[in-house]
Amino acid sequence: MYKSWKTVQPYILALPQTLVFLLFLIFPILMILLVSFWEFNGYTMVPGFTLSNYTDIFTSDVYLRTYLNTFKYVILVWFFCLAIAFPVAYFLAFHIQNQKLQIILFLICTVPFWTSNIIRMISWIPVLGKEGLINSTLMSLNLIQQPIEWLLYSDFAVVLGMVHLFNFFMIAPIFNSLMRIDRNLITAAEDMGASGWQILREIILPLAAPGIAIGSIFIVTLVMGEFVTVRLMGGGQSASVGKLIQTQIGSLQYPLAAANAVVLLIVTLILVSGILRVVDIRKEL
Amino acid sequence: MKKRSLSFYLLAAFFGLFVLFLYGPMIAIFMLSLQGPDGNLTFPMRGFSVYWLGQVFQEQRVGSFTDAFQRSLVLGLAVLLLSVIVSVLAGLAFRARFRGATFLFYLTISSLIVPSVLVSLGIGIAFQVLGLETNWFSSGLGAHLTWTVPFAFLIVLGVFNRFNPSYEEAARDLGATDTRTFWEIVLPLIAPSLVGIGLLAFTLSYDEFTRTSLISGQNNTLPLEIFGMTTNVTSPALYALGTLTTLFSFTLIILAFVGFQVFSKRQQQ
Repeated sequence: MYKSWKTVQPYILALPQTLVFLLFLIFPILMILLVSFWEFNGYTMVPGFTLSNYTDIFTSDVYLRTYLNTFKYVILVWFFCLAIAFPVAYFLAFHIQNQKLQIILFLICTVPFWTSNIIRMISWIPVLGKEGLINSTLMSLNLIQQPIEWLLYSDFAVVLGMVHLFNFFMIAPIFNSLMRIDRNLITAAEDMGASGWQILREIILPLAAPGIAIGSIFIVTLVMGEFVTVRLMGGGQSASVGKLIQTQIGSLQYPLAAANAVVLLIVTLILVSGILRVVDIRKEL
Repeated sequence: MKKRSLSFYLLAAFFGLFVLFLYGPMIAIFMLSLQGPDGNLTFPMRGFSVYWLGQVFQEQRVGSFTDAFQRSLVLGLAVLLLSVIVSVLAGLAFRARFRGATFLFYLTISSLIVPSVLVSLGIGIAFQVLGLETNWFSSGLGAHLTWTVPFAFLIVLGVFNRFNPSYEEAARDLGATDTRTFWEIVLPLIAPSLVGIGLLAFTLSYDEFTRTSLISGQNNTLPLEIFGMTTNVTSPALYALGTLTTLFSFTLIILAFVGFQVFSKRQQQ
């Protein structure tokens, strides 16, 4: 009796979590897949089997341009998040010796992540707007005569907003891998006469790679499906796959939105597996 | 202590700029929400008062903020409880080997890799096909769990990895049942981490937008309400609302931090 309870126990304990994801992740995705082959009769979705939702996507210019624009966001946001996160994490991990100060500074980087994304985006309005801080400062210094229009409601603002929102997802994993680096390795390299640059390139970067990869996966998946930032910070012509899907749902075209979502999921998974192929992250998990 | 090099100062300056980038805009709306009644959406500040903070609690043109706040609060607490329970149970399961463990692990992680809009659309379609009505406490709750449970689970795994099993073994040797060992030994030992997980789950839920956006049903959660306001409200009341919810988040972080300290202290004694 006791023996059999011991073997069953882990399954019972793991059951709630399995159910959560089967019900709210796997089942919905299967439904998306199913509905993506359904038809749309002008006001509701109708069960059936058609490939027209997919042929629409693969033959239309609009979709191609939207995907290219989304990739542009992904690459820019990824690049700037990495360019910010690595020096910040490096500074925290290697230049702050006092552990208490290190924790406090790391918390300072994470606190905004605990607050509302929408509010964080709205906060850019008084800074970037036409009469915002940047424009009025530049005007009063006589550096510009006209307010710069592209600061807000533009692709620039979208990328800035996403970098602002998502950099934490890059900082945390990189900081984590940097903290795990055995400090003796660096001392040894120094003793052997390696320069600071050599240490960074030969020791720190390779050991930080898994952290960078995890951060990159987060950035890619967050930006690929993003539509709130594009909505709030982008101008009318800023397009992303997420926004497209949301617009289609707005007009109740569920089958088309579902087909789009399937393509989005496949593209995202290809990008993620590409990252995983370059860097082995299993040690970090 | 090594001599501080040039790179230290350069990186310190970079870090300072980064912190300014993170907090600057937020400070700007804090200041603007403290303007006088004829305040505007941009600087310079016109007067100084708490007029707009008070305005938030008046009936807004786009519905009531307090109702949305209550909904988000209840939802956040439900998500907190469920995330902690579900992830701790799964964490306990992962301490033994069982078939399907790898599957469950990747299933959980994959929830972070699937773009949020898919979760929202998928649950929306699933509810529609099944003929169920979407609501913040049903479909919304499920969507939030797909976001909070993976984080909670990863932290729980880390906690149990560092967990010293000798206390449990001692309890068992003295004849305690599994349940009793859990309540009297394991739970008190992991309690400080649970505070952290709870805070994470609550704030992730409290601020969640994308996963809820398509499936909140008739009644909005707070982030959805605020999103709606961005197109309608063009007064500093919007900033004031931002200030208030941010202060609420800060208060929670401080409370959780204090809670963590209290639990850790008690453990050391």
